[in-house]
Amino acid sequence: MEQLVAPTSKMGVDVRHTGEAGTTEIKVSAQNVDVFYGEKHAIKGVSVNVPARSVMAFIGPSGCGKSTFLRCINRMNDTIEGCKVTGNIRLDDRDIYDANLDVVELRARVGMVFQKPNPFPKSIFENVAYGPRIHGLVHGKADLDAIVEQSLRKAALWEEVKDRLKEPGTGLSGGQQQRLCIARAIAVNPEVILMDEPCSALDPIATARVEELIDELRQNYTIIIVTHSMQQAARVSQQTAFFHLGILVETGSTEFIFTNPHDQRTQDYITGRFG
Amino acid sequence: MLGTALLLILGMSIVAFIVGRASGRRFLRASGSSIHSLPSYHGLFVAVWVGVPALVLVLLWAALSGTIVDSLLLASLPDSMTTGVTGAGLDLVLSEIKNVAAGLLFGEPRPEIVEAAARLNRWDALAGWAMVVVVFALMIVAFAVARTRLAPRFRARNAFERWLSGLMIAASVGAILVTVGIVVSLLVESLAFFRMVPIGEFLFGLNWEPQMPIRADQVAGLGAFGAVPVFLGTIVIATVATLFAAPVGLFTAIYLVEYASERVRSVVKPVLEVLAGVPTIVYGFFAVLTVAPAIRSTGNSLGLAASPNSALAAGVVMGIMLIPFISSLSDDALRAVPRSLRDGSLAIGATRAETVRKVMLAAALPGIMGGVLLAVSRAIGETMIVVMAAGLIATLTINPLDSVTTVTVQIVTLLIGDTAFDSPKTLAAFALGLVLFLTTLLLNVIALRIVNRYREKYD
Repeated sequence: MEQLVAPTSKMGVDVRHTGEAGTTEIKVSAQNVDVFYGEKHAIKGVSVNVPARSVMAFIGPSGCGKSTFLRCINRMNDTIEGCKVTGNIRLDDRDIYDANLDVVELRARVGMVFQKPNPFPKSIFENVAYGPRIHGLVHGKADLDAIVEQSLRKAALWEEVKDRLKEPGTGLSGGQQQRLCIARAIAVNPEVILMDEPCSALDPIATARVEELIDELRQNYTIIIVTHSMQQAARVSQQTAFFHLGILVETGSTEFIFTNPHDQRTQDYITGRFG
Repeated sequence: MLGTALLLILGMSIVAFIVGRASGRRFLRASGSSIHSLPSYHGLFVAVWVGVPALVLVLLWAALSGTIVDSLLLASLPDSMTTGVTGAGLDLVLSEIKNVAAGLLFGEPRPEIVEAAARLNRWDALAGWAMVVVVFALMIVAFAVARTRLAPRFRARNAFERWLSGLMIAASVGAILVTVGIVVSLLVESLAFFRMVPIGEFLFGLNWEPQMPIRADQVAGLGAFGAVPVFLGTIVIATVATLFAAPVGLFTAIYLVEYASERVRSVVKPVLEVLAGVPTIVYGFFAVLTVAPAIRSTGNSLGLAASPNSALAAGVVMGIMLIPFISSLSDDALRAVPRSLRDGSLAIGATRAETVRKVMLAAALPGIMGGVLLAVSRAIGETMIVVMAAGLIATLTINPLDSVTTVTVQIVTLLIGDTAFDSPKTLAAFALGLVLFLTTLLLNVIALRIVNRYREKYD
């Protein structure tokens, strides 16, 4: 049995873990992470381990810090003025806040999909080719074509757009745009994909397609998804972490969190008493 | 008399307002809440009925009474003074009478003139009093009519709103009419010019020497009105200005939006606004006293012949003037790019510079283009800097180290000094102005269309 979570955090908050880990390899490991927005203490002593090639869901009420914590993992919080992150986050045992680490390289390894689909105002092809181009992953047109096709196929979008790759990405429907953004993220061949409420702007059918896609991507990628929908967490994730007021309350396998939570707050949230 | 009439209108309107409001309050007391409009609307309704028609009448009277009195005066003069005298001569007689009437005596005026002047003063006073009496009568009638319409269920609010919207329509129509008037006057004078100089010669001629004699005893050239060198000079200077201002302004905007901390921005932005507030004549000093000599000595030390008032000096200083303009418009355009696009690019692992170049600039390009085009149209129309720093001789050259002249400079020089408004020399200024107006209008229209199309995309 794998110890997924440190039993107690620096803040003295008791973090329990429930159930068993499905895999043994740990991809992302966070220890005692605190985040401050100026004076505001947004994340308090969060420690969590994310197993490789599985889906972990972050759930919790609005403003609980789950998106903030997600953005620590590819250092997107660096782009916000006045945001300070302390503690230790390791990707494959390498400290990602190490001064020697190139943030560009980190973000190539840890991709991100946002709440609202944000395709660039370029063609579908250019949207996917953007990452491979800036990272110099391709040599020649044929190579690039292959990567674009492969990424779009992985994002389950190829069949829909193969005849109009030159058309602007902003002209697609919301669900297609989000899958385009997923294709864009996987085109640079990341190891981890962070998804910040990827379905909150989509209708139920588009949501179902994206969830299906997440399930397929799990074969090759480590996925962390922030979601407001507990049904979604239950459907797509193997691990679940419950955040409340900046604290990681409880984490464990999704099945156990949803059927047999230890903490009263988790129980209350899951049964819909607050949130 | 005009002052008295206006004061009278103001006073009467206030009285009308008070009376109307009192009626409104009486209705309110008598019928309670079933009154349609607030008492103050009853007051305003009566006040506009009294004030507005009277004001219109006074303005019309003031505009027309002069002409009517003049023609009466001319008719009253003895035949010996008016027979055989035409247009300009009659004007001369009239202005002499008016001078005498105002007490300005030059030498010994003829007795007929003195007599006419006395008559003029008498008639003016009469006309003034007549106006006051007529306006007063009109206000009394309007007051009576408006009061009879007041009632508890009378929609005074709606009626007042109609007056108000009428007022606003009148204001905007006035503004449009003034613009049309300016364009028409430009057109009429230009057409007069094109009757003397063929339009083809003006637009395509390569020789510009507009100084021609306007009196028989003057010594001057024959006059040549080929505007190409003048427009070429404008284009050279505007190009230098844009080439200088566009990159500097754009990079400033990128720095402010993407790289500068809040503290730096709070210093740089106000400084740029100061730059935008410097009067153009001060830029002119700067061009003549600092930039032009510097360019000349640098050019000489490099073995290049630079004219003392080179196009480069004027263009660079004009570019400095345009920097805040371009940077603030580009700043707006870059800021309008949604944050999600920027985050999306950064999250793939693009650097800031890659994000700016490939995503932000691509998305903001229409807005930036629009800003640059607006700046170009300002550069073309700019006058003061080039009057001080550019040359006067129209040379057909695109060398920025040469002295060139611009359209605006030529307009200024053509209208300075002895002018006669029937010679091609003077009228050429209007033709130049017309072409300049059409050019900047076209640029503005294109720029605004680009900017607007781009706005629709993200809002």
